[in-house]
Amino acid sequence: MIAFVLRRLLQAVAVMLVVSLISFALFNFVGDPINNMVGQETTLDERAELRRQLGLEDPIPLRFARFIGNALQGNLGVSYRMAEPVGRLILSRLPATLELSLAAAVFALLVGVPMGVYCGLYPRAPLARLFQAVSLVGVSLPTFLIGILLILIFAVHLNILPSFGRGEAVALGWWTTGLLTAAGLKALILPAITLGLFQMTLIMRLVRSEMLEVLRTDYIKFARARGLSNRAVHFSHALRNTLVPVITITGLQLGAIIAFAVITETVFQWPGMGLLFIQSVQFADVPVMASYLILIALLFVIINLVVDLLYYAVDPRLRLDRPGKAA
Amino acid sequence: MASGSSERALARAWDSDIAYSFRSSPLTMAAAAFTALYLLGAMLAPWIAPQDPFDLKQLDLLNAFLPPVWEVEGKAGFLLGADDQGRDVLSTILYGSRVSLLVGFASVVLAMLLGIGLGLISGYAGGAVDAFIMRVADVQLSFPAILIALLIDGVTRGLISAQRHEELAVFVLVISIGLSFWVQYARTVRGLVLVEKNKEYVLAARVIGLPPALIMLRHVLPNVLGPVLVIATINLGVAIITEATLSFLGVGVPSTQPSLGTLIRIGNDYLFSGEWWITIFPGAALALLVLAVNLLGDWLRDALNPKLH
Amino acid sequence: MAVPALANEPLLRVEDLRVEFPTRRGRLTAVDGVSFEIAPGEVLGVVGESGAGKSLTGAAIIGLLEPPGKITGGQIVLEGQRIDNLPYHEMRQIRGRRIGAIFQDPLTSLNPLYTIGRQLTETIRTHLPLGETAARERALALLRAVGIPAAEQRIDQYPHQFSGGMRQRVVIALALAAEPRLIIADEPTTALDVSIQAQIIALLKRLCREHGTAVMLVTHDMGVIAETADRVAVMYAGRIVEIGPVREVVRHARHPYTVGLMGSIPLVGRDVARLAQIDGAMPRLNAIPLGCAFNPRCQKAFDICRTQRPDLRRVGPVAVACHLFDMPPADAGRPP
Repeated sequence: MIAFVLRRLLQAVAVMLVVSLISFALFNFVGDPINNMVGQETTLDERAELRRQLGLEDPIPLRFARFIGNALQGNLGVSYRMAEPVGRLILSRLPATLELSLAAAVFALLVGVPMGVYCGLYPRAPLARLFQAVSLVGVSLPTFLIGILLILIFAVHLNILPSFGRGEAVALGWWTTGLLTAAGLKALILPAITLGLFQMTLIMRLVRSEMLEVLRTDYIKFARARGLSNRAVHFSHALRNTLVPVITITGLQLGAIIAFAVITETVFQWPGMGLLFIQSVQFADVPVMASYLILIALLFVIINLVVDLLYYAVDPRLRLDRPGKAA
Repeated sequence: MASGSSERALARAWDSDIAYSFRSSPLTMAAAAFTALYLLGAMLAPWIAPQDPFDLKQLDLLNAFLPPVWEVEGKAGFLLGADDQGRDVLSTILYGSRVSLLVGFASVVLAMLLGIGLGLISGYAGGAVDAFIMRVADVQLSFPAILIALLIDGVTRGLISAQRHEELAVFVLVISIGLSFWVQYARTVRGLVLVEKNKEYVLAARVIGLPPALIMLRHVLPNVLGPVLVIATINLGVAIITEATLSFLGVGVPSTQPSLGTLIRIGNDYLFSGEWWITIFPGAALALLVLAVNLLGDWLRDALNPKLH
Repeated sequence: MAVPALANEPLLRVEDLRVEFPTRRGRLTAVDGVSFEIAPGEVLGVVGESGAGKSLTGAAIIGLLEPPGKITGGQIVLEGQRIDNLPYHEMRQIRGRRIGAIFQDPLTSLNPLYTIGRQLTETIRTHLPLGETAARERALALLRAVGIPAAEQRIDQYPHQFSGGMRQRVVIALALAAEPRLIIADEPTTALDVSIQAQIIALLKRLCREHGTAVMLVTHDMGVIAETADRVAVMYAGRIVEIGPVREVVRHARHPYTVGLMGSIPLVGRDVARLAQIDGAMPRLNAIPLGCAFNPRCQKAFDICRTQRPDLRRVGPVAVACHLFDMPPADAGRPP
């Protein structure tokens, strides 16, 4: 168990190092950092002096080490575009993105899993065919188009839900939340559905195919032969066995949701990290891009770690350090 | 004689399992027909579009915001209405689809070549090379393709001037999308190479002094054709969506050569003033195209996968 | 048609059973007019090559044919009650309670995510009015009965912590959990090590004798049948070609196919040169020849074999479906 966690942690650190290296390369080799800090009239001598002060003349390994040290302290440089520390910028946008992503993931799971189970149990039922058709359309519709359609229907035509922004957010320390006000919750509905719809169809299709697969296995056949009730066979035997891949994929999808928030935030002008990132890409605002990359990588690594630990809990076969193996 | 045997071959192909599954699925046939028509329409756009939306002489600002022809204020010649500059929406869709399809196909081909190449190298070389390529693949796979494409696009913007970027936009897009989709091909090809690598004919080739890599290539390539085709078809849909998304976000092709995504972005600004057709029709075109391609991909995957029968 | 009933009332009676699979090139008949009976406590061996329909016959009896396969004719009667047309929930109460089942691969028959104790108690509590503690006591007793050492500790372990042979013992315990009258054992030892096969068969035989449980033992291994079964049914291409007491069938095989099968088991004291193989392969279900399905491989086939399907008819102590035995009954008893 401890060895397993350690190995995973080591892998996580390795991934973070690689990503930091890429960010570092972005910082230092894309555009000239000096150009972005000084005006046209600065002399070459002044530039060289600034370079030395900033440590840009030092050997690259030293600069990389300094970069990592700074990043660990939350010092991620200053945005070219907004002339504000990137760390503070991102931190102020983080709550909006995380709340949106979490709402989308909950929506995707709560709707996707039951639909998938139903389609797996009754693949020929008309409702299951309908779900399948809807899921194919869901996969084919780009996220931004879904957002536009939802806005057209619920904001423009029916005028019952807001089409942009976060509604009313309440500050809890440095964290701002939209979950505590009616306006905030209303504003969350359309973006969360937009963001979650693709993952919902994905989860539905996954649960369906896993259910179909598991229902064909010998132990399900044997469970039926033992005369267990349908409920026991379907839920405690079949569904539980589909959980391992579902947990894995859902976990990984949570990362994808946070990344895809970029699109949804643009459509709904949701004041999150994604919107910040898109603007930084448009203006080649390297410090923001590089920091966003590091932050997303960190989230991914944490999610992966949690997923690994989770299915360690679900599947006893992974707990090998028990006595009495293969008697 | 010859015609007889070719007729028989045709009959056999018609009777094969793949053809059967094609014939027995009306949805697949509809998707194939739609895709074919769409491709034809996009290719022939300069000849069949009612208007050349890039020829300023043909544009008249008086036509701006014309609704579709069936609405009260609609005007003949503007079947799906006109946009803010008086361009016929149908024509912009036909022309825009050319850009979307070009970027889609080109990036799939790039990803395919890159993936097959790296997969072959990885599987054949083994050892450190293999480990390195596969680790890179792992890391890349854990990030969504759109993010990687965005990042590559952002980096190029930092490296070259804005004007150059505008000129090279399509090229940059193809590279961004292509680079973000190679992993699946590489993994599939690598797996097949590993299977073939230890087969006796490869060992035999080594014994008689033939270059085993060449022999294997000849055996591996036909085997990867099926899976690669399936991945490519499914990826084509994703690539088209990715292009549209990037363009919608404003980091794709510039509005001087709009793709479907650009058109949707432009139209999105007028959604609230009621001019829905400027964004909905390109959106519908995009959705139907991707849906048709996905249906074909799904069918192809099932038809080529004997496990499912 | 049907083999005459034995002296006592049969536990299970299968009459003219047909199982078909609809395919895009027409319907395939996988089990074609199969009839037999099993008496209480009797072990009936069902033998044949893979694809002969023996496993499907077992699956049909327990009501677990995989779709799209379905019963299209005949009937299955358990203790006087017709069970082939029961609704799903009524059949469910028969499975495990009155008919138990053992499948081929013990490695995949147990749910990997639950302890064997949990799988045993859930089976027991589904069929018997016992509380959790009593069910666990019973589960422990069952594990001891099937020869699991240190049952108290092992009951809380997961299937992957057991070896193949031990898992098949657990599977047997599960099949016997609610004391069914009949067990359908489909190739119960095929997936096991040769050294363990004999143990498992002996265990199954002993337990069934102790509990008075009848067994339908499906296998392609004539050796296992010869050691275990009271009677044997030989299946070929979806039909029974010979059925009778095991000693009679083994010693005096009548149907040329059975003769060939017997030729393929090495018996102590038998001339090795007679270890014959049957040439050719069983026909695919979509290409069953006209007449006797065995005729293309049969060295004794004559004209009528190629045109007319032989019915199962009584020949001495057994029943055989072969035109060689169409001759007047007086001669038919003696093998040629």
